[in-house]
Amino acid sequence: MQPILSLRGISKSFPGVKALQNVQLDLYPGQVTALIGENGAGKSTIVKVLTGIYQPEEGTITLDGQNVQFANAQAATDAGVTAIHQETVLFDELSVAENIWLGHAPRTRFGLIDRRAMRKGARDLLAGIGSTLDPDLRLGDLGIASKHLVAIARALSTDARVVVLDEPTAALSHKEIHELYDLVEALKAQGKAILFISHKFDEIFRIADRYTVFRDGQFVGEGLMQEIGETALVRMMVGRSVDQIFPTRTPKIGPPVLTVAGYDHPTEFADIRFTLHEGEILGFYGLVGAGRSEVMQALFGITTPSKGGVRIDDKVRVIRSTHDAIAAGIVYVPEDRGRQGAIRGLPIFQNITLPSLSRVGRNGFLRMAEEFKLARDYTQRLDLRAASLDQELGLLSGGNQQKVVIAKWLATKPRVIILDEPTKGIDIGSKAAVHEFMAELAAEGLAVIMVSSEIPEVLGMSDRVIVMREGRIVDEVSGDAMTPERLVRAAAGIAEAA
Amino acid sequence: MNILKNRDVLLAFALVLLIGGVAMRFPAFVRPTNLVNVFNDTSPLILLAIGQMIVILTKCIDLSVAANLALCGMAAALLNGMGVPLPLILLAAVLMGGALGAVNGLLVWKLGIPSIVVTLGTMTIFRGSIFLMTGGAWVNAHQMSDGFKALPRMVILGLPVMSWVALAAIALFFVVLTRTPLGRSFYAVGGNPHAAVYTGIDVGRTQCIAFMISGALAGLTGYLWVARYAVAYVDIAGGFELQVVAACVIGGIAIVGGAGSVIGAVLGALFLGVINNALPVIGISPFWQMAISGSAIVIAVALNATQNRPKGRIILKEVTPT
Repeated sequence: MQPILSLRGISKSFPGVKALQNVQLDLYPGQVTALIGENGAGKSTIVKVLTGIYQPEEGTITLDGQNVQFANAQAATDAGVTAIHQETVLFDELSVAENIWLGHAPRTRFGLIDRRAMRKGARDLLAGIGSTLDPDLRLGDLGIASKHLVAIARALSTDARVVVLDEPTAALSHKEIHELYDLVEALKAQGKAILFISHKFDEIFRIADRYTVFRDGQFVGEGLMQEIGETALVRMMVGRSVDQIFPTRTPKIGPPVLTVAGYDHPTEFADIRFTLHEGEILGFYGLVGAGRSEVMQALFGITTPSKGGVRIDDKVRVIRSTHDAIAAGIVYVPEDRGRQGAIRGLPIFQNITLPSLSRVGRNGFLRMAEEFKLARDYTQRLDLRAASLDQELGLLSGGNQQKVVIAKWLATKPRVIILDEPTKGIDIGSKAAVHEFMAELAAEGLAVIMVSSEIPEVLGMSDRVIVMREGRIVDEVSGDAMTPERLVRAAAGIAEAA
Repeated sequence: MNILKNRDVLLAFALVLLIGGVAMRFPAFVRPTNLVNVFNDTSPLILLAIGQMIVILTKCIDLSVAANLALCGMAAALLNGMGVPLPLILLAAVLMGGALGAVNGLLVWKLGIPSIVVTLGTMTIFRGSIFLMTGGAWVNAHQMSDGFKALPRMVILGLPVMSWVALAAIALFFVVLTRTPLGRSFYAVGGNPHAAVYTGIDVGRTQCIAFMISGALAGLTGYLWVARYAVAYVDIAGGFELQVVAACVIGGIAIVGGAGSVIGAVLGALFLGVINNALPVIGISPFWQMAISGSAIVIAVALNATQNRPKGRIILKEVTPT
């Protein structure tokens, strides 16, 4: 069988990162190809190349045997390639039919939108994927699964032949997932080529016909699902550890600093209990959406858990706001530093002193000399490269902004520092510096929690790893038991013997 | 920070040019006594612009300032009629203004209503309250005590008290904004509310304090206004809130919050004050005056927009090599 769409030798790099290196991908009509890989393997980059959002530096894309180039998203849509993302891009205030036809609505002979043809077309498209959704409903009143249906109907309305489903089940309930499976079957029956991206092995084995595995931006292998087992697939996915060097350290683990007991939240997590020691780096691994960040945000007072408590140095601490958390000695370096960490319009030194203002003032007045001193002390430790501490933070590169955010928290002299995806989206040089620095912090007796979705980072940096899945702690490993296979199995919920 | 400083210097330069231009047509305009008059005339605008600037820093807007001014001014006039001593009247005006500001602030903080909607509503409520208090009657000069009317005009060291109040407010809030944790938190809240939360700052509380400052300044200005013009009625300072916002915009206060300075707000107010005072003396009709003030606002916004643009380019240049 000939593939509809075929990618060969695709490379794409970003400053400091090779996101894709000479990868290939084939999509066949009437078949589901599962794209499998760790976070950072290059899955979302290839989707963006496919849909015309990124242009690769090298490589060819062939559609029906013809070389094509997608200069922008519109070009990809016109060629019949469409992607349906985790958060579908639709309009809540418009009706189902309007959402399906927006931008290419059928016209009457006077040039006005032909509402009747639109409604009928919408009903036909929905029927084609086995849905009886009323085209007049307001989209905002629908659940996520129905929105997916609308997004797919919209894709079909442009005669899409290649459909990319990017983690479509992440936000769906059990019943809705089964409806999605039926939908995928309907699309297969129509001869569409489907690229299915998921972390969940049970899904992949249930609906995929073929697989393609990426690792660290490189193509690892492909084949038919019926010819491979879970264990072999996990091994391909994780592979040997990357040529990334982590600081060697001899952890000196002291007495417990932070004890969390029976932490419950009505919707995000349940029964979280763990102990964190002085000088320890505790890794939190799990798939995106496993509830790790939510637990950390509760620890930091952003959300309040319904049950359970926190002890620091054997004293019970009540944390109701971020202010309480900082006072208790817990700080949190958020994952989304642009939104939650950095105030880009303020100068570097003011960003750093913001949580420590009571320490750089006298009689309620700030003293700029002390502010600069505090900022200088911590930026030097982090090897920040900036022309002047007076510079606006927004003018720095991503890696340097990350350093400023970390410096800001260190300046509060915390007992516990929580780093949420500390090296996400920064270049390799800055990554190494952040790792080096985490090791130093632990050596100085700070208790460090690192939330990370990158296996090499989790294994390379942590003394102990807690794995979370669906809001619960499912595994805790340390020492020689810390293997990539064990973490991936626990996070994806694959039984030991499979 | 540099860009901000440059912007203030640029604006000061434009102000000098404007005054110089007027002086060529009408040399008497630059006589010290006249400049003092212009400053004195602009003092209410300066006081309100400082409060407004702080509110805008926190990503909000206070449209109720002029109504607040009128309500507090009327209350001051009525208290005076009851024979309350002047120091108590002053205190009452400031506290009442602050309390009215707190109403705005609490609605924004606790109910999460957008500030533009809250203050549009309270603006009307405040004006309506004046009507309820007085039945629409005026308080005229002969109903006010001499001491009440004299204070704003009293001259100390060559400047009327009203000017001194404006100067004191400029100095006070310059220090508050640049040298206190509270001032810093205004910038943080407006610059990135999410990050401010993660830093342990209560965003809603900070915004509420900004509204209280704006309200207290409006209350104080209410007394000064009523005493100076020796009249109080429902519609005093009608539409003045737009001039206040305009002064902030001209002064380079970012309407999205997080950037701006007291000096900018003051220069913006003076710029409008000079235009308002100079155009009549050089014989330009009042219709043109409005068009000219309006153009100044549009030009200021356009300048701010173009100044912000190169920033994006710098970031890209840093990112693309490697």
